[in-house]
Amino acid sequence: MSSFNPTRVRADVPLLHRQVHGRPIAYLDSASSTLPPRAVIEAMDRYYERHHANVHRGVYQTAEEATADYEGARAAVARYINAPGGAEEVVFTKNTTESFNLLARSWGASRLSPGDVVVVTEMEHHANVVPWFQLRDSHGVEVRFIPVGDDYRLDLSHVDQLLEGAKLLSVTGMSNVLGTRNDLAALARLAHDHGALFAVDGAQSVAHGSTDVARDGIDFLAFSGHKMLGPTGIGVFFARRSLLEAMPPFLGGGGMIADVRTDGFTPATGVARFEAGTPPIAEAVGLHAAIRYLEGLGPDAVEAHERELTRDALERLEGDFDGRVRVVGPRDVVDRGGVLSLDVEGVHPHDVAQVLDQHGVCVRPGHHCAKPLMHRFGLAATARASFGPYSLTRDTDALIEGLGHALSLFA
Amino acid sequence: MAPLDDLYREIILDHYRTPRNRGELPTPPAHRVEGFNPLCGDEVTLYLELRDGRLADLKMTGRGCSISQASASLMGAAVKGKSLEEVEAALERFRRLMTVTETRLDDGGEPEPLDVRSLGELAALAGVVKFPVRIKCAMLAWTTLAQGLDEAAADAP
Repeated sequence: MSSFNPTRVRADVPLLHRQVHGRPIAYLDSASSTLPPRAVIEAMDRYYERHHANVHRGVYQTAEEATADYEGARAAVARYINAPGGAEEVVFTKNTTESFNLLARSWGASRLSPGDVVVVTEMEHHANVVPWFQLRDSHGVEVRFIPVGDDYRLDLSHVDQLLEGAKLLSVTGMSNVLGTRNDLAALARLAHDHGALFAVDGAQSVAHGSTDVARDGIDFLAFSGHKMLGPTGIGVFFARRSLLEAMPPFLGGGGMIADVRTDGFTPATGVARFEAGTPPIAEAVGLHAAIRYLEGLGPDAVEAHERELTRDALERLEGDFDGRVRVVGPRDVVDRGGVLSLDVEGVHPHDVAQVLDQHGVCVRPGHHCAKPLMHRFGLAATARASFGPYSLTRDTDALIEGLGHALSLFA
Repeated sequence: MAPLDDLYREIILDHYRTPRNRGELPTPPAHRVEGFNPLCGDEVTLYLELRDGRLADLKMTGRGCSISQASASLMGAAVKGKSLEEVEAALERFRRLMTVTETRLDDGGEPEPLDVRSLGELAALAGVVKFPVRIKCAMLAWTTLAQGLDEAAADAP
């Protein structure tokens, strides 16, 4: 049993101590980026003040320390997602988007032939859409979409047809617009039954519940450090060892080679093959600290806390405004995370967000890099509020107050 | 950060709630041009009828935030019926109004009085520059107008 206490988490996050426009900040944009606790910031400071050197190169004391820090972070990631093959299955990238580009350009470009099928869903972030369209244009791959139903969940009624001949099913763990969580274990079984591999966009799910690639049968997983209380500039690409070993390098340069001659090169073995150039070392240290911090909170406790906040917010948003505020997403909190996309009658999402800002409330207006989904529901944009482990009911209070102001201003 | 009233002036809210020159014109003779703000989904479609060196008639459709739509409406009211030189001059003045300068950010001061007077009702949009993220919303109709005038000039026999 963890001793999860959201008020203590809040105290740990320096940015939440500041005020904006004379009000306490109500940070409701964790789906865009989470706020790092002091432990993460201090770990990165300590690294730069005491241990910084380039990794895998020097043999002096601090170079050994930096290398140990960097590789220690890899081991921590492997443990956090329960990678069956350990750290040798974890590649550090820049972010989720780069991880998907690595998947498409390396595995996809080497393994897929014209006419091969990649299946994604209508609720994907562009990061899990555009690289596949690029592969369609360069390699003739066919891209299919599992539709989203009126209940804001995947419509699996024709999934067998869609997966016919598929080589890959690539699905988000949690929609960054709807908050819908997908049943990854069931989708993995579906993919594998059809002879396809199973990839997951974990950007929205890794910090808001447990992630277990072994339990769920996940072959590839992509996620970002800054959406799990860590720093920007570091992402993760996980692939099962047998798959990773067969993948050619994506980016070429220093660090990823075994040999370079005037007539060519031989790539390095292992994960080094995918990490060209000096990697984000301090960011890996920060990510390691973020993982330790999240493990201390307990993923299940974080999920339960955010579920309660979501349940309360859904009730109040629907009850307080006579139907003038609509939540674009599932109404119940089963298989649903703390993302609330709002459609406010007569007020554009940018204006909603601008008025909310005056109340210290941080939300994200826009299409959230999920335009296929926005087209599906006939929306140009929404104003999205999203929770993190440090969110409290008082953040929802500020949101409700600001929405009332926006409605009265534009009425 | 400037107070919200600087952004949402009453004139802006009025043009948002009751936009002027809404509708379409037959093409040709009118030239149709679309502008998008891909980041927030704002869109403006302008119908420009050029005759005898003037912007003889103008109509527009569109959807988006209050700033983008009010700016379009205010722009239409300011440039309709004007000579192309006057339209170009208004475009230039508006671009200058929407330019963030260091001093303006430092002291939060008002833009130069001359600018504002020459802009008439458009001066209501002067506060937008204190909210730099929203400048692209205010500029949408204007950049679309500039594009439409260029295209119409290129099409002209």
